[in-house]
Amino acid sequence: MSSEPLVKLTDVNFTYDRRPVLQGINMEIPRGKVVAIMGLSGCGKTTTLRLIGGQLKATSGEVKVNGQVVNDLDNDGLYALRRRMGMLFQFGALFTDMSVYDNVAFQMREHTDLPNELIHDLVMMKLHAVGLRGAQKLMPSELSGGMARRVALARAIALDPLLILYDEPFAGLDPISLSVVGKLIRTLNDALGISSVVVTHDIQESLKIVDYVYFVSEGKIVAQGTADEIKDSAEPYVHQFIWGEADGPVSFHYPARSFGEQIYKEAARAR
Amino acid sequence: MPANGLTRALQGLGRRVTDRIWRLGFAARFLMATVMYSGTALRRFNLTIREIYFTGVLSLIIILVSGLFVGMVLGLQGYDTLQRYGSSEALGILVALSLVRELGPVVAALLFASRAGSAITAEIGLMKATEQLSAMEMMAVDPIARVVAPRFWAGVISMPLLAMLFSAMGIFGGYLVGVQLIGVDEGSFWSQMQASVDFREDIMNGVIKSFVFGAIISWIAVFEGYDCEPTAEGVSGATTRTVVTSSLAILAADFILTALMFRGA
Amino acid sequence: MNRATLDLWVGFFVAIGLAALLFLALKVGNLASSNVGETYQLQAEFDNIGGLKIRAPVKSAGVVVGRVADIRFDPESYKAAVSMKIDARYKFPRDTILTINTSGILGEQYVGFEVGGDTEMLKNGDTVKKTQSAVVLEKLISQFMFNKAQDESK
Repeated sequence: MSSEPLVKLTDVNFTYDRRPVLQGINMEIPRGKVVAIMGLSGCGKTTTLRLIGGQLKATSGEVKVNGQVVNDLDNDGLYALRRRMGMLFQFGALFTDMSVYDNVAFQMREHTDLPNELIHDLVMMKLHAVGLRGAQKLMPSELSGGMARRVALARAIALDPLLILYDEPFAGLDPISLSVVGKLIRTLNDALGISSVVVTHDIQESLKIVDYVYFVSEGKIVAQGTADEIKDSAEPYVHQFIWGEADGPVSFHYPARSFGEQIYKEAARAR
Repeated sequence: MPANGLTRALQGLGRRVTDRIWRLGFAARFLMATVMYSGTALRRFNLTIREIYFTGVLSLIIILVSGLFVGMVLGLQGYDTLQRYGSSEALGILVALSLVRELGPVVAALLFASRAGSAITAEIGLMKATEQLSAMEMMAVDPIARVVAPRFWAGVISMPLLAMLFSAMGIFGGYLVGVQLIGVDEGSFWSQMQASVDFREDIMNGVIKSFVFGAIISWIAVFEGYDCEPTAEGVSGATTRTVVTSSLAILAADFILTALMFRGA
Repeated sequence: MNRATLDLWVGFFVAIGLAALLFLALKVGNLASSNVGETYQLQAEFDNIGGLKIRAPVKSAGVVVGRVADIRFDPESYKAAVSMKIDARYKFPRDTILTINTSGILGEQYVGFEVGGDTEMLKNGDTVKKTQSAVVLEKLISQFMFNKAQDESK
């Protein structure tokens, strides 16, 4: 059981509106590891995450989580599976009409009949884990971006999930919050014995904390390996990505016909 | 197929019509889902009570004040017309019947659509845009049951209460202007009103109307919010659509209901 | 906003809403005066009912004693069959005459009971024989004009 990866994607294709978003994705997330999915904006990383969470269904291929095929689950089965997953959304997605405390307590109140005192203790534990026990009475609008992200993390681990999905956890954070969140992802993963999938394009921060990296470009996996392998990769795409070069395999120019031809044609039309 | 102007125009027309019908069907299925997943909203009624506060209680001021003024205007205008025919004592009938049958339910519904309907759409739309609905789904909580259904039922419950308050306030306004200000005889104001306003025929039909309007507004509001584009423009567009669509729907439904209820009476 | 305040406000809202309904029902509408007591039914046939409508009042000596429940056209007698619900507290002699009157010149029409002297009273389901049709204003005017013309030609 434990040798089998927690999440396994086999030949997954996903088509949206006749536009292929993912093509032949094969991916494994082993138990207890932090795996990153990297790539440019709009390359299909978030789609992969949503396929694992069952918010989208693969057009073909198989998405298996904890031994269950996600595409075949009915609504009840999917909801049962999701209770064992936590997800951190890009900007936290805290419920804006509830306090920090109520946000973290939300799932416990919805899914369990625990008495209020026990819920209180659990919420305090989760908030302590992210260092925000003192912020329990604040409303989401009173939190900074980094704090909101940490509260959302506390909420994601509320029911002790097997797997946490992170959708761009580093987006829009200052350098200190960034490393705090990065460290939390790693420590929570190891302390709670869960597995994590991190979708990101923040290469420097994520290479410090992840075990394995998949590079996705235009709906395909173009490179994969451990953090060290990726750093030394000779693959031009990966190289461009890591060093943030403006031009390379990913062209600076949006596809267009040649500049000279266009000027000539437009000049001809103007006449 | 040669894509000349005519075929393109026809194609455009066809696409618009099928889009509308598709959306209507989607909205109908959404309503069914809302009603089917209402268990949580009714079992954990405090969820709905919270929404009644936001839709109903917060609409009280605008409803009461507008009701009073509409009633006062009815009193002035009604008196002006009625006294030409020497029947100014019928002012009570005029004010009461126009309010309980039509103005109460319809004007209260129009105000409700712009006060509460737009707020519901904006709130749900923003929850969608900030991925709160997705987050809820990922936490294995159905947003239709947890977010949509309580708001829907709160609207259905609040609307008749608001409409009755509007009518009562309007009649009081008519009384203030007609009896206290102009000096129509108080006794005949009330007694003529009582003799002509029937509880079942007039008042209850008005209440039924406001129930229907409440359901229509809440349905449109939650649907537009849930269905909107998850962007700032999407939310603002959906909010506008809620007010426009529900206002038109109220007026159309009012015509149909009036034709069914008061025909021949 | 805590739970108790919320509940209080919503409770207040529902309470004043229901108070408004009560006000409409009792002070504005007729729930207090009608539908409450027992009624019995009477029938009558009129040659012409004029503008009489369902739910029009039935009055005796100016006091409302009942309401018109139904108006039909009788295809055999070619008359209007009117049935009325009369308050059970009031009994009327068998020779009561029913007339259709108008309150004011252009007001609404009602059925008037002109009480006779019979010792026997009308019972539920009885049909009143003696009726007087509505006064149709146009007829009255044309009659008056006709008479006037005759007077002048003499």
